[in-house]
Amino acid sequence: MTELLASLGRTSLASFERLGRGSLFFCAVVARLGTLLPRLELVLAQVWAVGVRSLVIIVVSGAFVGMVLALQGYNTLVTFGAAESLGVVVAKSLTRELGPVLAALLFAGRAGSALTAEIGLMRATEQLSALEMMAIDPLSRVVAPRFVAGIIALPLLAAIFTAVGIVGGYLCGVGLLGVDDGAFWSQMQSHVALGADIGNGVVVKSIIFGLVVTWIALFEGYDAIPTSEGVAAATTRTVVNSSLAVLGLDFVLTGLMFN
Amino acid sequence: MKITRTVEIGVGLFVCLGIAALVMLSFRVANLNAVSTTHGYKVTAFFENIGSLQARAAVKMGGVLIGRVTGISYDPKRFQAVVEMRIDDAYKTIPADSSASVFTAGLLGEQYIGLDPGGADTYLTNGAEIKLTQSALVLERALQEFLYAKTAKGSESTK
Repeated sequence: MTELLASLGRTSLASFERLGRGSLFFCAVVARLGTLLPRLELVLAQVWAVGVRSLVIIVVSGAFVGMVLALQGYNTLVTFGAAESLGVVVAKSLTRELGPVLAALLFAGRAGSALTAEIGLMRATEQLSALEMMAIDPLSRVVAPRFVAGIIALPLLAAIFTAVGIVGGYLCGVGLLGVDDGAFWSQMQSHVALGADIGNGVVVKSIIFGLVVTWIALFEGYDAIPTSEGVAAATTRTVVNSSLAVLGLDFVLTGLMFN
Repeated sequence: MKITRTVEIGVGLFVCLGIAALVMLSFRVANLNAVSTTHGYKVTAFFENIGSLQARAAVKMGGVLIGRVTGISYDPKRFQAVVEMRIDDAYKTIPADSSASVFTAGLLGEQYIGLDPGGADTYLTNGAEIKLTQSALVLERALQEFLYAKTAKGSESTK
């Protein structure tokens, strides 16, 4: 019995410790953002790595998600004779929820895991210590550019995901299922608000998700146990924790934005 | 990682693509500009009540799409709604005394303009006005009239 309580206490203390270390790490990275200004090319290279190279998966998934939404939405809407509202259904669900959330989940899998593995391996092969030996701060040279790149890349990826998804929904709904072309766009335009749906949904949500996913990925890598098992475990934790964080945060953000 | 030209161009393109997606979302998905069909000829019609007709709604004749509503405004002198529509050039021979009505597609569907052909020898031309119009059926009004007629009848029969 006491053994059980002790292990429970150990686990919760350990998770509090990790959370505290993670928050301190976040503050340390934010404090070093200023040092990036003269070295923006570092950020550029990371935007390439996490953003541009995630484009393919984002575009392909976006198109398929939009098409599936149109197919499913059509089947339900046509029962009520409201197939013309398909545009609204596709656009609202993509801008408010699916665009930012799915882009963030894909980003966590595609770019977040890579960030963790990269930094974890730097830790395991003592590259980070080597940088420190040369009086180069690894937080500002290695971590901060990746952090900024993640926050820049995810909103752009989410916007691309949403736009491609809507085009996919249009192709499927209007091209395949025969929904009226004008009604598709006009209903969409009259029901989707620029600030509330696109601003809050695509822009604000994905900036927050970008920040959280990149933070978790970088922290897990930086904090990884410097062995191959440690890096593997850290990469897994990145994908699991950032997916959970995105989904949980999405619920909170939706409650705040669209109640 | 070495910063090559390819990386710079790639990132530039990526940022442009992202911004283009946002612009597409703001203009095409949210209503920032009034997209109007530019071909065809323009016809206006005045309605007492257009219900929830929207710009870009369909203009149909015999159920066939022949044009689009391009603009909706209110005429404060005539106290009527002005509906501007563009009809495809393929349908040039619509009689000038045709009538326009606001219909609803299905029970909950989108509203559209339905044209019923008249018998005149002259045709609608660019800038013409459709004189005969019928307002949208507003459910509350229809119910009101129905109930009013019903009670009027009821009180008559009790007399």
